[in-house]
Amino acid sequence: MTLPITKTPKCYVGGAFIRSESGRVYETHRSSGEFHANIPRCTRKDVRNAVEAAAKAGAGWAKRTPYNRAQILYRLAEMLEARAPEMAAALKECRRSVDTTSPEQEVRATIDRIVHFAGWADKYEQVLGSVNPVASPHFNFTITEPMGTVGILAPEDAPLLALMTLILPAITTGNSVVALASHAAPYPSILLGEMLATSDLPGGVVNLLTGERKEMLPTFATHEHLRAVAATATQEEATALQQGAAESVKRVILHDPKTDWFSSSHDSPYSLRDFTEAKTVWHPIGA
Amino acid sequence: MTAPALRRLLDEIGPVDATGIEERVAKFTTRSIKKQSKLFGLRLAVTMVDLTTLEGKDTPGKVASLCQKALCPHEGDIPMVAAVCVYPSMVKHAAKHVKGKGVKIASVATAFPSGQAPLKTRLAEVRQAVADGADEIDMVINRGAFLEGELALVQDEIVQVREACGDATLKVILETSELETYDHIRAASFLAMRVLRPGDFIKTSTGKTSANATLGNNQVMIEAIRDFYLATGTEIAMKPAGGIRTAKQALQFLIAVKETLGDAWLNNARYRFGASSLLNDLLRQLETQRTGAYQAPYTFSDDSTGY
Repeated sequence: MTLPITKTPKCYVGGAFIRSESGRVYETHRSSGEFHANIPRCTRKDVRNAVEAAAKAGAGWAKRTPYNRAQILYRLAEMLEARAPEMAAALKECRRSVDTTSPEQEVRATIDRIVHFAGWADKYEQVLGSVNPVASPHFNFTITEPMGTVGILAPEDAPLLALMTLILPAITTGNSVVALASHAAPYPSILLGEMLATSDLPGGVVNLLTGERKEMLPTFATHEHLRAVAATATQEEATALQQGAAESVKRVILHDPKTDWFSSSHDSPYSLRDFTEAKTVWHPIGA
Repeated sequence: MTAPALRRLLDEIGPVDATGIEERVAKFTTRSIKKQSKLFGLRLAVTMVDLTTLEGKDTPGKVASLCQKALCPHEGDIPMVAAVCVYPSMVKHAAKHVKGKGVKIASVATAFPSGQAPLKTRLAEVRQAVADGADEIDMVINRGAFLEGELALVQDEIVQVREACGDATLKVILETSELETYDHIRAASFLAMRVLRPGDFIKTSTGKTSANATLGNNQVMIEAIRDFYLATGTEIAMKPAGGIRTAKQALQFLIAVKETLGDAWLNNARYRFGASSLLNDLLRQLETQRTGAYQAPYTFSDDSTGY
């Protein structure tokens, strides 16, 4: 008999694999009921550290050409494709009886969505930007800019697809992300971190945390450096997010918890607009 | 190889236990400072900052904005910093803004940061800075001479700069990164302290070399200050400079001071931080404590990096 070498699950923050600063963990179990892994139980200080890492990486990511961002997102799809069976097995371990789709379908849909948004990276500007008619001798046009650092609170179900569906529009438009993964099914996000690390995505652009949502939600809401928070939330959580966000004038993007994450409605380029600021320029033209 | 004169000095003052120092300072980073004591530490650190701009691109306008920042770091009841630290040519511009308002003017002089100019030139620079209104002079020692064992020469130069300072406080920069060992840092500290007046400073670094103030260097120097005080009764002040960018680091340095020199050194006449970006991080943490929400760095005015 060989001794099994089990993996220590770690969160992907700032391009490195970390434990929670608190040193705490929580147990997850296989669908058969046996012990699976000790997952980091992150704290508000981990959120703070992740925001620092994201802010540091954000400026460089925003400066990349859209074409380069597209290439890197496509590379992420390649990394996931190569380890698709491993990811499907991880999803299988945390499946619930209500799930109607197979783990393989979820991985497939995620890869498709990554490639879909990779395609949008150098095209959304043509859709969201505009040349505006004005009644004066000005050439007036609107372009989009990334918001900065964005918080993501992923739902409990579809632990890979939903998480990536929330992250993709934010990073495609040049933002950096601090995301809290599903509490009940965190392991796919641990694997995703390993794929992000080999995808040419600069460290710190996507930071993945695991742990109790109620411990970190107030920090996501009030942290002044987060410019937007995208989440699926209960009514109570939504209120807490909106009240906390008011002080820092933060954008809160709420998704219906009952949404079908496989739906092509999530492929809309208008989801990219949620994470951009519009800049309008008045350029004088000949007298 | 250590020069004979240096060896004799080391025999006299005792060597540094390098491993012991490293272990001691590692403990400082594990202290948990919360709530009221954290607020106290952060506010104290603000009052100890020598707000610094030492760049070739400094202009009178930039110094003016630095002075405004020094006088009023942020809205609310935030205290003033200890001093602004500028090049000699900027002293007269700083004087217009802060003279008589509680913020002192410190000026680096003596061919900062290398010190490689004739003594006559260096002394003239000091006299000019003092004449223009500098309250404090930061000088660099002659590291080359020190490492060659020309200790009397190093000490004589410090004495001459001290004379040139008149009433101005003198800060002697040892440039620890170029002294190579803790033993040398301790030796240089004693060399300087023996000719300083009470209230004069020894300072770690110029901030212009790759390695800057560390908890280890700081510890060697404050222990030298303690030993010198116990032997002679002369109170020498301390200024770590360069590389201290976060409030967390600043609190760790203050812990070192508290536990080595005691409360008597926990004020800005005895301890300073030479820093530029530290102030904003202190303000940020103070604001976090006040509001309960983590702050974004861009909500605090840039003093010297915004140009």
